[in-house]
Amino acid sequence: MSATQPLATAAAEGAILSVNNIEVIYDHVILVLKGVSLDVPKGKITALLGANGAGKTTTLKAISNLLHAERGDVTKGNILFEGDEVQDLSPNELVKRGCIQVMEGRHCFGHLSVEDNLLTGAFTRRDGSAAVRRDLEMVYEYFPRLKVRRSSQAGYTSGGEQQMTAIGRALMSRPKMILLDEPSMGLAPQLVEEIFEIVRKLNEDQGVSFLLAEQNTNIALRYAKYGYIMENGRIVLDGDAAELRENEDVKEFYLGVGGEGRRSFKDVKHYKRRKRWL
Amino acid sequence: MEFLHSILVKPFADMIGAPDFLLQVLWEGLVSGVLYALIALGFVLIYKSSRIFNFAQGIMVVFAALSLVGLHEKGVPAWLAVPLTLVIMLGLAIAIERVVLRPLVNQPDIILFMATIGITLFLIGFGELIFGGENKVMITEQLGIPTGSFAFEPFGGFVSIEQKDLTAVIGAVLLVAGLLLFLNKSSMGRAIRALGDDHQAALSVGISLSMIWVVVWFIAGVIALATGIVWGARADVSFALEVIAYKALPVLMLGGLESVLGAIVGGLAIGLLEKLFEIYWGQPLLGGNTETWFAFVFALVILLFRPQGLFGEKIIERV
Repeated sequence: MSATQPLATAAAEGAILSVNNIEVIYDHVILVLKGVSLDVPKGKITALLGANGAGKTTTLKAISNLLHAERGDVTKGNILFEGDEVQDLSPNELVKRGCIQVMEGRHCFGHLSVEDNLLTGAFTRRDGSAAVRRDLEMVYEYFPRLKVRRSSQAGYTSGGEQQMTAIGRALMSRPKMILLDEPSMGLAPQLVEEIFEIVRKLNEDQGVSFLLAEQNTNIALRYAKYGYIMENGRIVLDGDAAELRENEDVKEFYLGVGGEGRRSFKDVKHYKRRKRWL
Repeated sequence: MEFLHSILVKPFADMIGAPDFLLQVLWEGLVSGVLYALIALGFVLIYKSSRIFNFAQGIMVVFAALSLVGLHEKGVPAWLAVPLTLVIMLGLAIAIERVVLRPLVNQPDIILFMATIGITLFLIGFGELIFGGENKVMITEQLGIPTGSFAFEPFGGFVSIEQKDLTAVIGAVLLVAGLLLFLNKSSMGRAIRALGDDHQAALSVGISLSMIWVVVWFIAGVIALATGIVWGARADVSFALEVIAYKALPVLMLGGLESVLGAIVGGLAIGLLEKLFEIYWGQPLLGGNTETWFAFVFALVILLFRPQGLFGEKIIERV
């Protein structure tokens, strides 16, 4: 078929992560991902978009290997992080290699102080407490608000502060890549903007690659370089973020512009995404 | 009237009337309280980090004590037998993690609970196979635990404190202090607390479940050894020792399964109260032997009013 065609720009060399045609089944019966392939270029922000239940979170958890804790399994395909197959590694080993997930809904350790939360992120590091301290100060520079609240219990901080804590905690592991799940969830628009600004800064200063799952297509496409759109456990469309923003169908389905009553990509024939065979 | 007087007035009059005796009673309550607290801590740590109610804690006490005595019988000097027993407890922790916990990860709590019953039964059989079923005598003197007693005379009365008990209390306090320091200051301790708060998030930041489980079960093993030595010094080392772990149950009900502080305060409270009740109410009014059930009844009454226990973790919920 089209296997020999050059893949989309993002799939070119220098992908830090590539997901090849994975299938995920929960509880041995529920097929959630039906062959998802995507590439995350090194040092860029990549967005994974789609509605509720499209499979974004499952894709991220398949990568970070947290699926196992929910009785999910990657049954087909493979996942390469920096060229190595990682789908059988434990989350702990993956974090050591530099790939960490910030989960949807923040998941801070409620009874621990903000600072203790951040320090748990350094669990896998073996480079001494001085280096960890330095990074703690760096995180406080990115999130000055966390420094003010460093000794309060995380459970009592605001949603925005918790999101910052969760991202800061991931940073403490010195990641090369962060899987960021739904950072805008439940936050005021202004705060969402602030969080995304920090993501951009982290990406530019630290060279951290991001794979960003978002429902908020508008803001995600403004900050991302490349985007994938998921529907029903499949990727239905991908392209440069700028292109996607101009795409008529994306505008209609996800940005709420225009619209003549079509409701889903399923009805749009020509968006059968090229499948990559291994 | 007579009856009310005997439960509401007379016990307190007795306490004030003989303060030296009261002091003696309190001291003995404190000694058992410290031990209850120690065992309860073992439960709390394992429960917090893996949501497992460790039914095997009691048998671990027996197993540790038997290993220690057994090693000594085989000719290992006492100072070496203690670290060797710790190595055995570490091996046990690793084996339990590998064989029992890891394959059962993500199973419902009740399955893991059943698995700890399995561990209990296995350890009973295995222990008897290796060490035999007969009672043994704890090697108290060989371990350098003093056996005399101090006597002093406050309020013109007489109080005697066994050195054995004093050693036990000091040892337990040091152990608890060390544990608290470990939990609050070390990075491993922080990870254990984090795991207790949010399992998934702990996984996501790369905290290794298997490593923590081994650490926690090993700590439970250390606690078991300490309890085994102390309790073994008071009675023989036998499989009946297992029962003392169940004395920690009311402590856990009282203190809450998730609270380290609760385990400590709950343990002390139960130890003190059951002794006071026994001496001032139980013996004169109920014919004695109330210590076997008082703690459970007390915990039940508390649970009626505070289902999460006295110190159960406050659930932080933002709305």
